[in-house]
Amino acid sequence: MSLEVSATVRERDVDISFTVGDGETVAILGPNGAGKSTVLSVVAGLLRPDVGRVVLDGRVLVDVGRSRSSTWIAPHAREVALLAQEPLLFPHLTAAGNVAFGPRSRGQGRRAATAVAERWLGEVDATELAGRRPSALSGGQAQRVAVARALAGDPRLLLLDEPMAALDVAVAPALRQMLRRVLAERAAIIVTHDLLDALLLASRVVVVESGRVVEVGTTRDVLARPRSAFAARIAGLNLVSGLVAGRGVRTPAGLVVEGMADVPVHDGDPAVAMFRPSSVAVYREPPVGSPRNVLAVTVTELEPHGDQVRVRSEHLTADVTVQAVADLALVPGDEVVFVVKASEVAVYPT
Amino acid sequence: MRKRLAAIAAVALIASLAACGGSDDPSDDASAGSPDETTLTVYAAASLKSTFTELGKDFEADHDGVKVTFNFAGSSDLVSQLQSGAPADVFASADQNNMDKAIADKLVEGAPVFFASNTLQIVVPAGNPAGVRNLGDLADPEVKTVVCAPEVPCGAAAVKVEDASGVDIQAVSEEQSVTDVLNKVVTGEADAGLVYVTDVLAAGDKVEGIYFPESDGVVNSYPIAPLADSKEADLAAQFVELVLGDVGQKVLTDARFARP
Amino acid sequence: MPRPASGSGLPGWVFVPAAAGALFVVLPLVAMATRVDWSQFVTLVTSDSSRAALGLSLRTSLATTVLCVVLGVPMAMVLARTSFRGQGVLRSLVLLPLVLPPVVGGIALLYTFGRHGLLGHSLDVLGVQIAFSTTAVVMAQTFVALPFLVLSLEGSLRTAGSRYEQVASTLGARPTTVLRRVTLPLVLPGLVSGAVLSFARALGEFGATLTFAGSLEGVTRTLPLEIYLQRESDADAAVALSLVLVIVAVVVIGLARVRRGGLA
Repeated sequence: MSLEVSATVRERDVDISFTVGDGETVAILGPNGAGKSTVLSVVAGLLRPDVGRVVLDGRVLVDVGRSRSSTWIAPHAREVALLAQEPLLFPHLTAAGNVAFGPRSRGQGRRAATAVAERWLGEVDATELAGRRPSALSGGQAQRVAVARALAGDPRLLLLDEPMAALDVAVAPALRQMLRRVLAERAAIIVTHDLLDALLLASRVVVVESGRVVEVGTTRDVLARPRSAFAARIAGLNLVSGLVAGRGVRTPAGLVVEGMADVPVHDGDPAVAMFRPSSVAVYREPPVGSPRNVLAVTVTELEPHGDQVRVRSEHLTADVTVQAVADLALVPGDEVVFVVKASEVAVYPT
Repeated sequence: MRKRLAAIAAVALIASLAACGGSDDPSDDASAGSPDETTLTVYAAASLKSTFTELGKDFEADHDGVKVTFNFAGSSDLVSQLQSGAPADVFASADQNNMDKAIADKLVEGAPVFFASNTLQIVVPAGNPAGVRNLGDLADPEVKTVVCAPEVPCGAAAVKVEDASGVDIQAVSEEQSVTDVLNKVVTGEADAGLVYVTDVLAAGDKVEGIYFPESDGVVNSYPIAPLADSKEADLAAQFVELVLGDVGQKVLTDARFARP
Repeated sequence: MPRPASGSGLPGWVFVPAAAGALFVVLPLVAMATRVDWSQFVTLVTSDSSRAALGLSLRTSLATTVLCVVLGVPMAMVLARTSFRGQGVLRSLVLLPLVLPPVVGGIALLYTFGRHGLLGHSLDVLGVQIAFSTTAVVMAQTFVALPFLVLSLEGSLRTAGSRYEQVASTLGARPTTVLRRVTLPLVLPGLVSGAVLSFARALGEFGATLTFAGSLEGVTRTLPLEIYLQRESDADAAVALSLVLVIVAVVVIGLARVRRGGLA
C-alpha cells in the first residue's frame, strides 16, 4: 500500500504533501488548528481541496485544480476508513450491527457480515459488547468498537483523527496497545498531538504547523533531533532556530547560541541549536565562567517534573533540583539567566 | 425607566378612551347605533341578495334615519343563527321547510306570507360545449352535471324534478349551495347544472339558461315574516309590506322571480 | 438520590394559563359530547351515507399520508442538507399551504388541474379527468398536508446533523444505502410525528376538497363534507359524525405516540 497526498485548501490556509509507504503508520503531529484534520478529510473524501492529488496504491482518488480534467472519487468508493475523536457509533444498531455495517454495505450477506463482525470485535477485545447498544458503552469501549467497525470493512488505508483525545487518561493506554497490535501490518495515518501515540504507533512522523509541513522523518529522528518548534516541545527539548553563524546559530533577533555540529555546516545555512532542559543551569546574574551561552529570560512558570522542577520561560525550559529553586527563591516573573555549555548544544542543519 | 413606562401607559389609555368616546362617521359603520339612527336587520336567503339589497336602499330612502343591514346566507344557516339568539327583525327564507323550523321555535311573529317563487332551469357554460338541449340529456353519463345536495332547498327541488319526470340525473357532484353549482358551470368544470332561474340571470354572459317544461311542476315558494324578538316591530312590518307591495314585486319579477 | 424539593422547577403561575389553554380546547369537545343524542348515536353513524363518508375519509387520508411521505421526505432532505441560491424562497413557497385558506388552495388546484387549467387542459385531451374524482380528493388533501411533514422532518434532519452519514460513507456505503440504513432510522421519530400530523390534517380537510373535488357520496364526500351537509337537515347526525371524527383523530395520534414510546 502506498499513498501520495498533496492538498491545498485556501480557505483554511493549508498546503501539505507527504507520502505513506507500504504497511507503515505515519503520525501527523502538530498544534491545534495546524490543518491536520483537514488533510485527513481530503484523503477520506469529505473535503474537496482547491488543488490536490491523492493516489492510493496507484489509483488516483483525487486530482483537482491542476489541469482541465479532474478526478474525484466519492468517499464510499475509496476504501479509506476514517476514525474520529468521537466514536460516532450508529445509535440505532448494536455494537455488532455497527461493526457489520461496512461488510454489509459492500454487499456481504447478513451471516457472513456477522462472522466478520465477531472476528473483529475479538481483535479489539470487545467480544462481550457485541449485543449492547452504543448508549450502554463507555467512551473507551465505544472507541474500541469504532476501531473494529473501521477495520471490518477491510480498508486499504485507515485514518485516525486523535483517537485517544476524548478518552480518560487511564483508559488510553489499553486502547493504544490494542491499536499497536491491529495496526502492525497495516497502512495508517494517525493525527495526534500526543507524544506516546507517535512513539508507540508510528514509524514515521510528519510535523505540521500553520498549515505547512515543517518536518518529516522517522519517529526516533524527529524526537531526538527535532527541527520544528512543535516537535521540540512535545519531545521536551529546547530548540532555537536561525542561520549558521560561526560555531553556533544566530536567531533573527540577533541572539547567538553556540554549539557543536556533527555534520559540516556553512555560515548562512538554516539550522537549529538543540539542548536538553537538564543541560541548563539557572542563575540570577550572568556568571563569569566557561559557558558560552548565557541567555536572559523571564520565568513564566514552575512545574514539577519527576523529582525535579521544570522552569519554563517563553521559549526555553530548564530542569533544576527542588533545592536549587528554593535556594534561588525563584517565582514566576523573575528575570533570570539560563546558562548552557556549548558542548551540550547540538547544531544541525534543517 | 419607570416614569417612561408610566407616561406611555397614560398616553395609551387616553388615546383609547378618545377613540371609543368620539362618535364615528355614521355613514360608514354598518352597525353603529348612534342615537338618531335605527337599524333594521334582515336575514334573507342567499338567492335574494341583489333584489333585497336594492329594496333595502329604497326603504332607507323612504325612511329617514333608518339603516337596513342584511345577512345573506343559506336558509338553514340563518335559522341556526336565529335559534342561537342572533338579533334580527325580518326573516325571508328560500323554502317553507326552514320557515317551519323557525315557526316551531317560536321565532316568528304572526303568519309568514309568500312573496315570490322560483323555478329551476338548466344552466350551461357560455357556448353550451356539451350540446345540452333538455332534461333527458342530464341523464347521460358523458355530460358532467352538477346539482345541489338534497339537503338544501334547490337540491330538494331537483329531486322533485327527477321524481316527477322519471329522469335519473347522473350528477358528478352534489354541492352545498347554488353558488357552488354556478361556479362549477361558469368555470367550465361542469357541462351543466340545475339552478334557479334567478341565478341564471344573475350570472350574465358567462352562462346560458335552458328552459325545461318539467320545471313548471316544481315551484319553490319564498316566505317572509317579521321576527318575534324584533325591537323594531313597526319597521319590520313595513319592510315586509314593501316586499309584498308593487315596488318590491317589480324588483323581484325583474330578476325573474315569479309571483308567489 | 434525594428527590428535588419542588416537582418540575416551573414557577407556580405557569399552570394557570396552561390550564386555561387546555380547558379552551377540551371544553368545546365536552360540549359536543353532551349534545349528542346517545340513543340515536349508533343509528346515525352507521347509516349508509355516514359509513360511505367515513370509509372514504380513511382511505383518502391514508393514501394522502403515503403520498406525503413519498414526496415530503426527499423535499425535507434537499431543504435540510443542501444549500443553493433561493433556497429560502423555495422553503417559504413549499410551506405556503400552511397559511393559505384551504378554499384558496382548492381554487388554485382547479386552475391547474381543472378542465381548462394549466395542466388540466392537456390531461383532458388525453382523456384523463381529475376533477370530481377520488384522485382529486387525495390531491387536495396532499396539497394542504404536505407542509406538515416537510416542516417536521426538516427540523429533525437539521438537528441530527450529517456526521453519521459521513462516517457511513467512509465505511463504504453508497448514498442510497446511507439514506436507507443511517439517515432515515435516525430521524424516524420526526418522520412518524410528521406523518401523523399529515394524516390528521388530511382527515379534517374541507375547503380545498369541496372546491376542487366536489361532493358526491362515496366518491368525493369525505366525512367533514358529510358533516357540513348534515347540518342543513339533521343537526343530530352532524354532531354524532363530528364526534366520530374526533375519536378517529385521537386514536391515530394515540397509536403514533405508543409506537414511538416503544422504540428503544
